[in-house]
Amino acid sequence: MKAAVILFPGSNRENDVVRAIRQATGKQPHIVWHGETQLPAGTDLVVLPGGFSYGDYLRCGAIAGRANVMDAVRAHAARGGLVLGICNGFQILCEGGLLPGVLMRNRDLRFICKMQHLKVERADTAFTSAYTQGQTIKVAIAHGEGNYVADDETVRRLEGDGRVAFRYCDANGHLGGLANPNGSLNDIAGIYSEKMNVLGMMPHPENLIDPLVGGIDGRGLFNSLSNSLAAVA
Amino acid sequence: MKARVTVTLKTGVLDPQGKAIEGALKSLSVAGIASVRQGKVFDIELDAKDEASAKTALTTACEKLLANTVVENYRIDIV
Repeated sequence: MKAAVILFPGSNRENDVVRAIRQATGKQPHIVWHGETQLPAGTDLVVLPGGFSYGDYLRCGAIAGRANVMDAVRAHAARGGLVLGICNGFQILCEGGLLPGVLMRNRDLRFICKMQHLKVERADTAFTSAYTQGQTIKVAIAHGEGNYVADDETVRRLEGDGRVAFRYCDANGHLGGLANPNGSLNDIAGIYSEKMNVLGMMPHPENLIDPLVGGIDGRGLFNSLSNSLAAVA
Repeated sequence: MKARVTVTLKTGVLDPQGKAIEGALKSLSVAGIASVRQGKVFDIELDAKDEASAKTALTTACEKLLANTVVENYRIDIV
């Protein structure tokens, strides 16, 4: 599997992603600077890591979403290539037109940094095959703008087409109430593109890959990607 | 030529910052505050030769970057 991790000014989780991919695949991903106009030849997976690209100026992900390299990322996605956006990466995918909706300021205005449980909505995608449908996993969240908002029609379409990837839940897998940390519509923590090859999610699976730092539930996502790309290679 | 672009949240979009400011104003006993919505203002200088071309450029700027039209409206005023 050939992975490219895009680096914007202000990205800060790129090394966590690199580590998670290396652990799952045994291969070192390429780091690609945002000013590049193309991805390394043969790139299978593009990851937009978390952080504060361009200092969150204007709107989170707004400026990064229009960076040079994003044309190459959009072309990669249009070809069916896999794209994963985590946290600020999710915001960039929404601002860059690869995913619908927008991430607004958290309901209670606070930056939230804590462990969070998620429900895996489906286990038949390139990103989640190592999980089981309905599984509750524990990962981390760290964001100030993670409140997913979209118009009614978009939300209906996402729900109807099974494009919700993860929902916030409590440790027992129950949705709603305080289990939703930021006010996201329908407890949405992550969504897929129409062709299911682009995933944007606010939580950080890349930070839960080592028992030393609280758990390994994040490994499943990277193992899924590794497996699905090994299958096509 | 100078212009002012005002970007505001669409009606119905939750504005927690506006709500917090509203609450603060009320706690300061500022009389008569019904509600507050927060937005952004951009003061822009252009080389455009006439108002029409300035407006065209600014509309492009708003659509491409300044506003996220999923949740925001924009208004362009040549000043």
